[in-house]
Amino acid sequence: MAVKTQKKATSIDMTAMCDVAFLLLTFFILTATAKIPEALPVDAPSSTVQTKLPESDLVTLTIGKNKVFFDLIGREVRIRTLELMAEKYGVEFSEDDRIEFSKMGGFGVPIENLKQIIEMTSAERVKAGQPGIPKDSLDNQLAEWVQNARIANIEIKDKELQFAIKGDAKEEYPSIRKVMDILQDQKVNSFSLVTGLRGKDF
Amino acid sequence: MAELNTGDGGGKKGGKKVRSKKQNSKVDLTAMVDLAFLLITFFMLTTTLSKPQSMELGLPDKDEKTDTNIKVDENRTMTILIGKDNKLVRYVGILASPVAGGAPKDFVYGKEGIRAELLSRKKSVLAYSTAKGKPKNGMIVIIKPSKKSTYRNLVDILDEMAIVDVPTYAIVNDFTPEETKLLEGKKE
Repeated sequence: MAVKTQKKATSIDMTAMCDVAFLLLTFFILTATAKIPEALPVDAPSSTVQTKLPESDLVTLTIGKNKVFFDLIGREVRIRTLELMAEKYGVEFSEDDRIEFSKMGGFGVPIENLKQIIEMTSAERVKAGQPGIPKDSLDNQLAEWVQNARIANIEIKDKELQFAIKGDAKEEYPSIRKVMDILQDQKVNSFSLVTGLRGKDF
Repeated sequence: MAELNTGDGGGKKGGKKVRSKKQNSKVDLTAMVDLAFLLITFFMLTTTLSKPQSMELGLPDKDEKTDTNIKVDENRTMTILIGKDNKLVRYVGILASPVAGGAPKDFVYGKEGIRAELLSRKKSVLAYSTAKGKPKNGMIVIIKPSKKSTYRNLVDILDEMAIVDVPTYAIVNDFTPEETKLLEGKKE
């Protein structure tokens, strides 16, 4: 008897298991969002803190090689921010430009050149060598972006925007401080620093 | 899986046709299930793990100049100066007249270096405050990153603050000439 049952067990009907496996697989593939290549790749320093970044209402300011890139989550907020910026600087953006802008990732160009970046494909954007958003006192576009993104977020979602700073580990402190100062000038005194994860024994 | 191929080949002969059809009704799904679960694992891990970590940082309001002159007990404050090339100097109390054992000294980052110092200083501050009847007054750390320090240095120190659980810490950007001298090497 024992031999007989063992022989039977060698082939289990896996159809149901296969069904479930592929259902889950489909679910995970569909929920996974395609990663947009970062316009400015940085090597974030690591920390032991395990707080996760918020998923919405977030502006990420990427700092590396003395350049600042701006990224905003949320399509409607992005479109509204672009409209406000276009109004402020008198740059025209077509409907297609706005939609494309809402889909793209971070960027780092003065607003005058933003249209060219929008028209590129995402692979070209990485290679384009974007100079960073101007942030000196004469032409402080970064402060305007921050300001208008906050206005747009409040208009659309009625929520205060949160800020994350993603700096390169080798970046010198003054350029980080410059960005923090710009945020603090608008009374944004609390923000997140994006870090990698590491253990406590280092 | 190899059984699949035999099905079409034996199509002409009537007797064998039935046989091969019966064989085909059960395809071995093991490999397929293996692959499916492998992919599931991959997608599960990438979706949950790709979310970046972050560190909360609250800075004091810039415009309020009024609270900059609060007197704090020098026995509770430790100042950490961050210099270039991972240089780290700390002193306790006032630079001109540091507290006993708190004279400016170089430290390295990490468990053996600044963390051990922070932990021992935290303990002694707690003992000091308890003796004064105010056990809630913990250590105060002033972090002063110099212009040549890197972002990694700053995050490392902020991380130490989180590990050691320092109750109060602040990032201060003003450097006195003496402090600059300290970081440039001991030329005093």
